[in-house]
Amino acid sequence: MNGKNYRQQATAAETQILESLQGRLVERARARELVDVAYRVVDSPVGALLLASTDAGLVRVAFESEGHDRILEVLSERLSPRILRDKSSLDGAARQLEEYFAGQRHGFDLPVDLQLSTEFRRQVQLELGHIDYGHTLSYAQLAQQIGKPKAVRAVGSACATNPIPIVLPCHRVLRTDGSLGGYLGGLETKSELLKLENPDFASGAATLF
Amino acid sequence: MQAPFERIVQDYGLNVLRVCRALLDEHRAQDAWSETFLAALKAYPQLPEDASVLAWLVRIARNKAIDELRRSKPEILIGQDVDSLAPSAQRPDLQLENLQLWHEVNQLPGKQRQVVAYRYLGGMSYAQIAGILSGTEAAARRSGADGIKNLRARMDDQELWREQP
Repeated sequence: MNGKNYRQQATAAETQILESLQGRLVERARARELVDVAYRVVDSPVGALLLASTDAGLVRVAFESEGHDRILEVLSERLSPRILRDKSSLDGAARQLEEYFAGQRHGFDLPVDLQLSTEFRRQVQLELGHIDYGHTLSYAQLAQQIGKPKAVRAVGSACATNPIPIVLPCHRVLRTDGSLGGYLGGLETKSELLKLENPDFASGAATLF
Repeated sequence: MQAPFERIVQDYGLNVLRVCRALLDEHRAQDAWSETFLAALKAYPQLPEDASVLAWLVRIARNKAIDELRRSKPEILIGQDVDSLAPSAQRPDLQLENLQLWHEVNQLPGKQRQVVAYRYLGGMSYAQIAGILSGTEAAARRSGADGIKNLRARMDDQELWREQP
């Protein structure tokens, strides 16, 4: 695909018209139920975040480091290619994230769609929502909490493949020794989120437990 | 893999806009643009992976634009099967996907632009064009000839759109 070349040829007036036409297109497409996945990109202290939703709810939050274009391609492949950029349908998610990063929100009240996850992972990922703001669990504790104490590794992969990070707070799960473990958005992002929630948090501090 | 539809809009929105503007006034051109992408969005999951997305979109746009024209002048285009009108696959020389060419068409003086677009994009006869523009067939031919001459000069291509004898 050669998008940028086409785009460069547009006059300023055409660019403006195309922008307003795109906005109207998504509204009309939504009215005709032709949009399977809507997305928008929001700024945040941990970089630009891609938010994508289906009719069922928020289906993906992606960090910039994951490559937003690549993530959209994955969604096109796995969900539907009927994907449009749509600001208004993700207003709720964008606002709640903004409040979260401002330290004014400690929990998210958003419908989520975990159809990208297998059943076991879905169970783990939903459980993430029960870890309180500013608190952390170890992978082993989380495994215990879902009644599968031996499935520590599988719980770890479920956290690593969480399609809705931040909203489902996999960043609150650490290794038993208190070290960070892994994170889709990078360890720096993980510790930044933990510090936002608890200024006393020091990464790698086993003393937390 | 099919590209996310948003990318199709970003990549080809300009092509579709220029085609619609060549055939229609500004307001109706924008309507036709929306109708084109709505129809395309609906059919997109079924589009074969090896199909030319641009050729497909231009064909839809052209048909939507002719639908719009027909709505205001039904008596002239009645019974006209839009798919039988100079399909781009059979007339690659029309360069329906040439972004620069349609930009130049849209720069032609009003009447020349309309006649050239109706003739080469819409595949209409001069009699039909005269009907739409409420003029004579001879006047339509003259505007068409002037338009093509201008276009050949602007594109620096004397062979552009030579009609087969």
